[in-house]
Amino acid sequence: MSEWLPSASPQSLAARADLLQALRRFFDDRGVMEVDTPLLSQGTVPDPGIDVFRLPGEGDEPVDRYLQTSPESAMKRLLAAGSGDIFQICKAFRQGEAGRHHNPEFTLLEWYRVGWDHAVLMREVAELLGTVLNSDGWQIWPYRTLFAELLGVDPMDDQTTLTALIDLAQSRIGSVPGGLDRDAVLDLLMSHCIEPGISDWGVVFITDFPASQAAMAQCIRVGDVDVAARFECYVHGRELANGYWEQTDVDVLAAQLQAENTRRQQRGLPQRPMDERLLAAHRHGLPECAGVALGVDRLLALRLGSETLADVVSFDWSRA
Amino acid sequence: MIAFLLNGSSTMPNFSTNEFKPGLKVMLDGEPCSILENEFVKPGKGQAFNRVKLRNLKSGRVWERTFKSGDTLEGADVMDVDLEYSYTDGEFWHFMDPSTYEQYGADRDAVGDAEKWLKEQERYEITLYNGTPLAVTPPNFIELEITETDPGLKGDTAQGGSKPATLSTGAVVRVPLFITEGEVIRIDTRTGEYVSRASKS
Repeated sequence: MSEWLPSASPQSLAARADLLQALRRFFDDRGVMEVDTPLLSQGTVPDPGIDVFRLPGEGDEPVDRYLQTSPESAMKRLLAAGSGDIFQICKAFRQGEAGRHHNPEFTLLEWYRVGWDHAVLMREVAELLGTVLNSDGWQIWPYRTLFAELLGVDPMDDQTTLTALIDLAQSRIGSVPGGLDRDAVLDLLMSHCIEPGISDWGVVFITDFPASQAAMAQCIRVGDVDVAARFECYVHGRELANGYWEQTDVDVLAAQLQAENTRRQQRGLPQRPMDERLLAAHRHGLPECAGVALGVDRLLALRLGSETLADVVSFDWSRA
Repeated sequence: MIAFLLNGSSTMPNFSTNEFKPGLKVMLDGEPCSILENEFVKPGKGQAFNRVKLRNLKSGRVWERTFKSGDTLEGADVMDVDLEYSYTDGEFWHFMDPSTYEQYGADRDAVGDAEKWLKEQERYEITLYNGTPLAVTPPNFIELEITETDPGLKGDTAQGGSKPATLSTGAVVRVPLFITEGEVIRIDTRTGEYVSRASKS
């Protein structure tokens, strides 16, 4: 019986303590305030790619609560209430996401910059990585350009049919699960071809995602297409951070959330209740801002050169 | 038993991708497979996938497949049992469960390379699929008698060269020059290499 033992080494635990201090110092130096919001909420996200842990209501607590999948909703409510620039280091939970680079309970660093857009925020993420990973420089690739470069396909051209994308995936990967919609095939290409393809590119920001993958980001017109004003940051081909120029228009946001619930329905997933308190905060007014969530466990794994998150969390999912 | 066979594996439970652990036996394209590896992959946002390596238990081939996370596969009615080798009639190699005396006939495909290590009353791991032997795995080490080898040469030492020796099962292995006909030796069945003289019993 060695399951009582931590999965992380003593050195790795010390490195985690160092990293947390370095992160707090980074934001303290920049006048960003640390906040602490609830892990268990009555609202949750309808994102069909995320499976939430639900605590069913019973007895004196008849209302279902959800373990947060990120602190986004609560932090936006703080922003709407006038908090100014804020950051948080907290636990987030996503059911079923267990693997070398995933742990269903993980540590997230999330921060918001009032008055910024995603382009300015990308620079700050790069500066943070320079501080904690000693990374040198970074590249910015629009989603469309990167797919053209690595796969020779334009994912945003209407002429690129779903069948063509599936054929491409079949030839590149050999095995394509059935019943994938367009975004799911793009996700397959992203995780199986693009990620390995940029694994020796250092720090890479992928930006201007398809509008259908906007989540809570604004959509902007770039050239002849609408794109989501979002970025994902990859280091050595591993996804580390996800940033948005936040959607402030409450009607657009409500429509986006509704569209995600519809997509859940199409994929046979249960519906999620609308996060009415988030929508109410938006109605009051979310300031123009950009926000990003960064996986702290993955950051530590990159800092230590670890191949699996189990090496950098005190007790991984199997031992927790 | 017959009814069970006719039902096929329809009585087996389904397993979801997050239950795919190495060693789990599942049906894929109508073939029984054993999971070797299961990697969860997910882009920053969006659809999650599981990249799975499986061994086809019939052909021995390794397959790589990508599944949507949450997809399921039917379990395969596959189990490993320890059986004693009895005899061969040329078409089937017969094994017996020493506790129930139940007999199982393995065909040539199932016996495969294990044939050259089959010794009566020795125990083998038999993989049963729907109750029929699918594969035979010999113990890692087995003791067999030498039926034929050239006489040892003068001045041999334990460090000397080697020579071929035919075993009671028909297998031919390399043995040190000092080993003689009629001796029982210990073989590593995974490599087919001589390990030592058998311990005196």
